[in-house]
Parts: sequence; structure tokens; C-alpha cells
Amino acid sequence: MGALRLVIRRLLASMPLLFLTSALTFVLVSLVPGDPARTIAGQHSTAEQYRLIRGQLGLDQPLPVQYWNWLTQVFRGDLGSSLFSGEAVTSILQNRLPVSLSLILASTVVSGLAGVALGLLSARRGGVLMKIVDGLALFGLAAPPFWLALLVIEVFAVTLRWFPVTGYVPLEEDPGGWAGSLVLPVVSIALGAVAIIAKQTRDSVLDTMNRDFIRVMQANGFSPRSILYRHILRNAALPIVTVLGVLMVSLLGAVVFVETVFAMPGVASLTQQATVQHDIPVIQGAVLYITVFVIVVNLVVDLAYVRLDPRVRTS
Amino acid sequence: MKTTSRLLRRPAAVVAVAWLVLLTVATACAPLIAAHGPLDQDLSHVLALPSASHPLGTDSLGRDLLSRLLYGGQPALLAVAEALVAHLVVGVTLGLVAGYLGGWADTLITRVGDLLFALPAIIIVLVVLSVFPGNLHAAMITFGVLGSPGLIRVLRSRTLGIRQEMYVAAARVCGLSDAQILLRHVLPRLTSTVIVQAALFSAVAVIIQAGLGFLGLGAQPPAPSWGGLVADASQVIDRDPWMLVPAGVPLVLTVVALSMLGDAIRDSAVESWSVSKLATASAPPPVAKEHAEAPVPGALLSVRDLTVEIDGVPVVQGVSFDVMPGETLGVVGESGCGKSVTALGVLGLVPGNGRVTGGRVVFAGTDLTASPTELARVRGSGIAYVSQDPMVALDPTFTVLSQLREAVRRHSGANREQARERVLELLAMVGVPDPEGVAGRYPHQLSGGLAQRVLIALALAGRPKLLIADEPTTALDVSVQKEILTLLHTLQRRTGIAVLIVTHDWGVVATLCHRSLVMYAGQVVEQADVESMFVRPLHPYTAGLLAANPHRAAHGHALTTIPGTVPSPREWPVGCRFAARCPYAGDDCRAAPVALTGPAPARLTRCLHVEELVSEGARL
Amino acid sequence: MTPRPLLQVTELTVEYGQRHAPTLRAADGVSFDVRPGETVGLVGESGSGKSTVARAVLGLTPVTSGRIRFDGADITHANRKTRRALSARLQMVFQDPYSSLNPARTIGQTLAEPLLVHSGERGKPVGERVAAMLERVGLPAKAAERYPSQFSGGQRQRVAIARALMTSAELVVCDEPVSALDLSIQAQTLNLLSDLQRELSLSYLFIAHDLPVVRYLSHRVVVLYRGRVMETGPVDLVYERPAHPYTRALLAAVPDPDPRIRTGRHDEPATPRGASQPTATGCPFAPRCAHVVEICRRERPGLLPVDGVPGGASAACHRAAELTPTGNGTVARAVAVGRPGNAHMEET
Repeated sequence: MGALRLVIRRLLASMPLLFLTSALTFVLVSLVPGDPARTIAGQHSTAEQYRLIRGQLGLDQPLPVQYWNWLTQVFRGDLGSSLFSGEAVTSILQNRLPVSLSLILASTVVSGLAGVALGLLSARRGGVLMKIVDGLALFGLAAPPFWLALLVIEVFAVTLRWFPVTGYVPLEEDPGGWAGSLVLPVVSIALGAVAIIAKQTRDSVLDTMNRDFIRVMQANGFSPRSILYRHILRNAALPIVTVLGVLMVSLLGAVVFVETVFAMPGVASLTQQATVQHDIPVIQGAVLYITVFVIVVNLVVDLAYVRLDPRVRTS
Repeated sequence: MKTTSRLLRRPAAVVAVAWLVLLTVATACAPLIAAHGPLDQDLSHVLALPSASHPLGTDSLGRDLLSRLLYGGQPALLAVAEALVAHLVVGVTLGLVAGYLGGWADTLITRVGDLLFALPAIIIVLVVLSVFPGNLHAAMITFGVLGSPGLIRVLRSRTLGIRQEMYVAAARVCGLSDAQILLRHVLPRLTSTVIVQAALFSAVAVIIQAGLGFLGLGAQPPAPSWGGLVADASQVIDRDPWMLVPAGVPLVLTVVALSMLGDAIRDSAVESWSVSKLATASAPPPVAKEHAEAPVPGALLSVRDLTVEIDGVPVVQGVSFDVMPGETLGVVGESGCGKSVTALGVLGLVPGNGRVTGGRVVFAGTDLTASPTELARVRGSGIAYVSQDPMVALDPTFTVLSQLREAVRRHSGANREQARERVLELLAMVGVPDPEGVAGRYPHQLSGGLAQRVLIALALAGRPKLLIADEPTTALDVSVQKEILTLLHTLQRRTGIAVLIVTHDWGVVATLCHRSLVMYAGQVVEQADVESMFVRPLHPYTAGLLAANPHRAAHGHALTTIPGTVPSPREWPVGCRFAARCPYAGDDCRAAPVALTGPAPARLTRCLHVEELVSEGARL
Repeated sequence: MTPRPLLQVTELTVEYGQRHAPTLRAADGVSFDVRPGETVGLVGESGSGKSTVARAVLGLTPVTSGRIRFDGADITHANRKTRRALSARLQMVFQDPYSSLNPARTIGQTLAEPLLVHSGERGKPVGERVAAMLERVGLPAKAAERYPSQFSGGQRQRVAIARALMTSAELVVCDEPVSALDLSIQAQTLNLLSDLQRELSLSYLFIAHDLPVVRYLSHRVVVLYRGRVMETGPVDLVYERPAHPYTRALLAAVPDPDPRIRTGRHDEPATPRGASQPTATGCPFAPRCAHVVEICRRERPGLLPVDGVPGGASAACHRAAELTPTGNGTVARAVAVGRPGNAHMEET
């Protein structure tokens, strides 16, 4: 009932975000000193050839018109083609999307599960485990993902030879290889995230434990298991879900580095390469995809809220 | 500044500050420290391990790593500073404006902030770098601005919170201008938040700055940079893993130092104006040895010598009382006297770090203190509990039905459908007008009075013999209060349940209780049936508390008061704990602990001067 | 005749716009006045609008309609400058002694604040005045150097009272000043307020939900329900001979601290108050009233004198005349047409 309306409302509300990012990218790339037409035409082209290419690329039009043209194309599912390979941007992105999505989803699942388990454990046991979680959180936050990636490569790939050093195996080719190729990248991405989730879980579980209704349940003989897993965890879940959502978006940053270190052909490393090459249609396409991803994540978080908190559902 | 000195008393903060200072100074004085230039190649010593001439070793071109680290630190620190300044300027200004002004400015800033917050900052930074290739300044300033929505959110909600504090309203009433209020009341409360946020943001900026260098988007080789060092190390990882250490460890240490500093500042800022009572491990004040009688025959609940400690400090000492079946016993006193702790202590549930350290609780012939399993069994089915504020006493994420059903099934083993029937029965029993409708609601959809009824139904789910009610009417409006008192009375008449009610309200005691217990500073000071206590109190504290009630006072006549305040557990004297506030107190009272005595049948008082009190008809 | 009122509130209406709900009318045509040296008590349950009235008087919340005059001058929509000038004479003591003092400022800094606005005095005279005021409210002068966290609730409330009196206040609005305090501390604070009133000829607008407290301190009382005045008059008259059924219900609900009376000991089924909303045009109390008749739901009763005696009580009830107890405090037993469920709220 309310969920569908919420989805529609949130999707409408996120339209400005799409426009903002695409317009922002558009304006920014229009400032690029280099001229793609000049690059494509080559140094020895005539003025006539150059004008022709500019016309083909639509670069002779005023900026708002260019943006409008691009937008109408986008609505037709056409993101243009790479200035360098000539390949359609949509197909480039389609090929690379599974890599980045695998990384982000796997990292999120790992940090969610491991983080909540570790947090719960340290909330119940306290003491040494609590210190370990704190220390891990500090280290996980402080170790730059690209350095951490090198460290795990050195230890687990170069020295112990447990996992491949670099590369990505598509899931449909070899599921085992796919999983193997993800382990080290996910470890480098998720170490900090696990610690953040563990800390958040511990804090909100401890916080919930001290609330009045828990004492009332204890005093009236509710089973300790039910109090912990049904009541405390459910109430503690809200802030955890929020943090998980924010984390999923911010993992994108780590993914850029990790894809580069492990030479994985993902969207994030594509953006970085396109940045170096000034391949504008690719950058715009990638930013669009990433923005859609962010919108979807936020939507999922909102839906989780509706599921978990009756106050959101009924008001 | 006070906060600074407090900060420096924390070892973690000192280490963090020391590292950051060392780093900054060493970076700034790189030419003086490094023996080699950052670009000096020594091809005879490539990929060398640490040695006297190269303290951190060399890279693949034989360049000194220490030198490259220090010289690379200069652009790194500059980049972080740029990002930080942009972050603070945008974040603090907009956060303050949104939080303090509110209205359309707030709406606008919050909306835009939410949009920016959803942007993946690193991607936008990459786009910026594609526009301004190699321009680390533009990239870091962009990063600072893109990171500001987080700061805006934090500061906005802090400012909003402060703006709604009564002391800001008070300052307004005093005629202070907006500027004065901002300067005196808002900004000082925000400084520590801003510093904490700045430290955490700097930590992130250090990583991003190095990351851009790592991707080759910052300083171009051969110029030294921190990220470049890691990239160089990645090239030779199979030949020289050592290089990962000097390339990464200083980065990690810097980020760790910044986060630790942030945490330490937050902690010490709070400490600076909150009470810092030192936990002196002083011995608990002695108590008079009392004849710990055997439980009264036939008593439902017998508490003997109950002692509860919180953080090693006794807050309840040697409390003994009995509750007979079907009886209502009131526990009266002011806050800090240990009433609630006593009530929870009976159930073995002391809040926070507290625990029952002595005494016995015997319920229906079973010693609960001796057997944790018995205690767990009795909770809910023998003794039930109702807390003070009904609005927070139910789990907000489950319906009334779901919570009550869980309680019913726990205590009866009924199936879902039977349990549902029983829940509706319970709700009808506590006078809920529309049991079916209310059962389907969530706690936030209930009024205070209704929530308290549901809570009582929850407590009755296990058919208990004793109900412990901790200030059950305090949080309610007066007409609802009366409804709840009537309900408790009716339930008691119908089910014969005994009630232990904790209250500070003499009206509640007079209305509901058969007997009453007055507590002061963790001890029972008087116990009597309610009528005798009201007519002829035998402890000066009881007399004073009764007289302080404005209910029967005539207008224009000063109320009788008890001077001073209830001492905190750490300030309890050796002798009578009420002596400092008592008009009858003499040296005898202060000399040694006073024991409970029974000057009249079925009455107990902890006072040496009962005779005087009675003969003077309460001078208080 | 009677002296000119210090504070005169006429037909005050305050509405709060709500984002996803209809406008909430927190105060609805409230009128009363406070004379010099007098205490007027404003009583009601939560949601009755008593705090809203206080905030409106102090300019902390915008007024929708109606008029507020202080010493004859209209201050309903007073600007910042007027308010600054006014703040020397019109002050407030807040309910929560924990939130009303800035924890990061010393007591001395807090107390000096009102002077900052008015005389611009600094240095020694201010310090001396702070010390004198602290001693006047029963705190040691050296308390000025300490932070609020080092004081108990009762001591903080003394500080808050001291702050209100640093300038030459004439009217102090007290919003539930003792409701957060323990019984013995409450009595100390009430005595302090009453001593200060006598010494400094202060007027109080005293807001509380605790009826005995209001009775003890007030000369006249205004009973609010859902933003409207139900009854007003001299405190003894209203308490001894309440003319409005709501006032009677409120008074009857207060548990009497006398075990021989045992007011609450009824065996009637305790039904919570009805959830039905009052009609837009009728008496707001009609859905809960035991004496409700048809006209109550249709027509809103005006606030009219009960006995026609000048200086007597006024009540907003269609049936006030027939229901009001006469002379010696016994209820004139009109035929009750109320629902039995609410009967326990009636004094018997």
C-alpha cells in the first residue's frame, strides 16, 4: 500500500539529482581545454574536416542545446559512443557494470554480515573483543584501500599464492573463479566497512539495551533470546541500515582504487581512464549510471526503513 | 583554555598531537633533515633496505625514500589544508544559517545538501580532474565542498537543538540580540563539534589526496608525492615488498592520529563542563546491625537486608520489608533515595552497572537471590513490573497484539489463536475501550493513558501475584492519573494481586496503599500503615515531607520545608543520614549509625528522637 | 476601583501551521489580566495551551490574533527593540532547570546576561549585584564561579529565579517552575517565590498542571482546556465552588493526601476518556462532559459571570448556573444525563 507510493515519490524526488549531476558534468566537460574534434580529426586535418567533425559531434551548438540533445538521446537509451574506440557507451558500460556491482554488493554483504555479527558479539561480551573492534575500526578507516590492496596482494597472492594477483573472471564463465577473483578486492574494500558496521551495531545495541521497554520485557519474563534477537536487534537495525546505505555509496571511492590495483575492468576504473583520456561521452555515461546506482541504494534504504519502523509506515 | 589542558591529560591525544606536530615540522624542514634530494638518483643503491645513509631505504632509481616522503608531504599537507578550509567555510556557514534561521533558508540548504550528499564525491573529483588535468588544488577544493553536506547536517541539527534549548529562550527573554545569542550561546557549544568534524574530514582528505597521487592524477613524476610512493611500491611489489612500509605506514599513522585526536577532543569537551566527581573508592558508610528477622509467615514477598551497588557505590543499604498477599505497599521518598533501585533490585534488574550485593529476596517461600533460574521463572509469572513512562515502555516496532501475545505465550504455552483471545481479554480487563482496534496499533499510536493500560495488561499476562509499579502515574495528566489509580484499585479488588508501588506523591499513597515505607538516602527510615503514618509520622523526614505538600496549605502562609537536599550516595555520613536537615538532630544522631526501632506496634522508625517529635506534634 | 492591570491579554489566539495536518489552534480567544503584585495561575492538562500563552506573552511565539498589553502599551507584535527594553520588566522562569541554564557558562556569566542588555555595566558592580542576588535566593556568592552541572535541580531553579530578577522585573512568567522538583525542594522554591513577591511587589503569571501548587501561590486562577478558558475567578472561589464541569473533574482527579478520604476508591469500571473530537462550533469539553446536553454540541458557551457578583468567577458553560454548588460546597445535584463511564470523574 504505502510502499508503492513511497517508491514513486522517492523516484520523483530523485529526478533533480539526475539532472544536477548530468548538468554539472556537462558544464564541467565543456570547460575542458582540449577539443575532442581536434583530437579525432588529427593534426593534419583541414579546417573543413575539422568543422565537419565538430558538426557531427554537435559541438558547434550552444551548450544548453548540446545538453538538451544529449538528454533526448538519453531518453531514447542512447548515450553516444566513445570518442576513442567508437563503441557505444551503453555497451561499454553494460560490459563493465557486472564487475563493479559484484565488488560493491559483495563488499556490502560481507561488511553487513560480518559487521553485525562482530558488533553483536562485542556488545554482549565487551572487554577484549570491544577493544579489538575499536582497533580494527581505527585501522580499517586509516588504511587507504589502494595500499591495503597491495598489502593483501603481497601476502595472499604473491607470498601464499592463495588467490590470483589481479584480474576478474565473469560469473557466467566460472563461478568459482569469479568468487576467487573477488576475495582480495573485497577484503581491501570491506575491512574498514566491517569495522564501521561493527562499531555502529555495538553502539546501537548497547543503546537499545538501556531503553525502558527492554527492562520492562526483562522484568516481565520475556525470553532473553527473544529480547536480543527479536526486540533489541530490530530496534538497533534502523541506524545500522542508515550507515550501510551511506557506506554503500562511499564504497564507490574505494572501488575506483581497488579496480585499478587489481586491473579489474569495472565502471569506476573506466571513469578514471576516461578522465585521463578526456573521453567525454564515456564520463557522462558513467556518471549517469553511478547516479542511478546511488538513487537505487537510497530507495532500498528508505524501503528498509518502512519495513523496520512502523512510525514511518503509519505516519 | 580549560579544554586544551584536559585534552593533554589524555595519552592518546598527546601521542596523536605529537605525531602530527612531528610530521608537520619534519615536512616543513625537509631540506634540513633529509640528507639527499628527493630527485637524487643513486643507481648503485636501488631498492635498498634501510641503512645509515638511507634511513628508509631507496626506490627503483635509488632515490632516498625518507627524502621523497618528506618532500612529498609538503604538497600533501597543503592539499589537505585546502580541502579543509573549503569544507569548513561552506559547512559551518551553511550549517549555522540553516539551523539558526530555519524557514526557507533551512529548506533550501537542506535540500541542496541532501542532493550533494548523495553524489559520489570521488567520481565528481575525477570529472574535475579531467577538466583541469593535474590541478590538485581544484580537485581538493571540490572535494572539500562536496564533503560539506555531512558537516552541514551535523551543525544544522546541533544548532537547531541548541536553539530550542530553554537557555536560548531565556537569553531572548533577557533581550539579547541574535548576534549576542550566536556568540555567547550557540558558537561555543559548536566549537568542539567543528573541531571533531574537521579532524575526521582531514583524515579522509589525507587518503583521497594520496589516492589521487596513486592514480597518477596529482603531482606528475618525478616530483615526489605520498600517493606516488605507493604507486612506485606497487611496481616493484614482487621484488621489494619493503617499500610498501615507508610508502603506507606514515599515511596510516597520520589518519589514525587525526581520528584519535577527534575522539579525544569530543570526550574532553563534554568533560569540561560536566561533573567530574572522582570515583574515590571510599568505604561504604556503616549501617546499624539489625536483627534480620526471618520472613513473616504468610508473606508473599520478604526482602531482607537488600543492598544494591552501582559502580561499587552502595545506593540502597540494608532494606527489609514484607508484602502480604493482596496488599498494597507504597515506597515513598524523593529522587535519589533508592526507591526505584529497590523495586528493580527485587527483580534482580538494577540499571547500568549496578548489582545486588547483599540480602535476600524471598518470594512465595523461594529465595530468589540464591537461584537465578527461579528468579527468571518468577519474572512475569510471579512478579510483574510496570515502569514510569508508558510512552517508552513498549517496543515501538511491534504492535500491541504482537507484544502482548509474546508475553501470554511465554507464560502459558497457548497457541497463537488462544493467545490472541487472551490478549483481547486482558485489554478488556484493563478497561481498553476497543480491544480489537487497540491490539492492531503500534505504541506511537496510543495516548499516554492508553499506553499505561496496555503496559498493565502486559504485566498481567503471566497472572502474577505481585505487581511492582514504579511511579505509574507520574508521567500522566491528572485526570488520566486518576483513571489509572482507579484501574489499579479495581484490578486489585478483582484479582487479589498484591501491589508494590513506588511514588513520590502522598496523594497516591493515601488513595491506594495499605502500608507505606519511607526511604531516605538508601535506607528505610519509617514504615507504618498509611493512616497512622499520615496522622502521626514517627520520623522527622516523613513529617517534613507530609508538611511540605502544598495540598492543604493555606495561601499566604509559608509552607513548612525541609532545608537542604538529599545527599548523594558518596556523601552519606556515618551517623543518621537525615541529621544535616533535621531540627531534632543532636550529637548522638551524628555519632553512629541509627537502627530501625519499633516504638509502637507494627511501626518502625530510624530516629533517636521519636519522643520529642511526637510530643511537639511535628515542629517541622 | 481595581488598579490598572499590568498585563492584559485579550482574545489571544495562537495557531501553529503544521506540515501535514490542519492548523493547530493552541490558544483560542484567551482573555485575562494580571494586576500589580498579583499572582494569576494558569492551569490545565497537557495540550491545554498554557505554555503557548506564556510564550506569546514573552514574544517567543507569534500571535495569530488578539492583543497583549503590558502596562497599557500594546506589545502583541512588539519588535526586537521594544522587546529589549521590555525585558527589564518582563521576565520568565522556565520549567526545566537543566535546559534553562547553558551548561558551558558559569552561573555568574548567566546572571550577568540580563545586565549586559540594559545597563552595559561591567566589572565590579555586576559582580557585586550577582553575589547579592545569589545570596537573596539562598545560594552562596561563590556559586557564581561554578557551572550548572555542579548544582542540584532545586539550586538551578534558584539560579533561574535569580536571573529573572537581575533587572527590576515587575512581571515574572513562571512556566511550571516546580514541576521537575522533589516535594521538599518544591516547597522551598514556592516559599522563595512567595517571599520575593512580597518583598519586590512582583506579579506572577504562574503556569502549572499541579492544582494544589497553583492554589497555594495564586490569587486568581484561569482554567484552560484545548486552548480555551473554561473558568476563571478568585482562587478560593473556583476551588471551593467550581462552576465548570471540567474544573470539577480536574479537582476531583487530584488524589487527596488523606487516607481517611480515599477519593480514588471507587469500584466503577475505569474507562478512559472518550476519543471523540469536539465539534467545531460546540463546547470543547462536551465529549468528556457528564452533563452534556444538546446545546453543548451545537453552540459554544461564552465566558459569563457565575453569580453576577463583581469580582466573582466566570465560567464558559451553558449549565453553569444550574450545576454550580451553592454556599457550603455541596454539589447541587442536577439530574445527570452524562454517560456512566465518566461518572467517576465527578465529585461525589
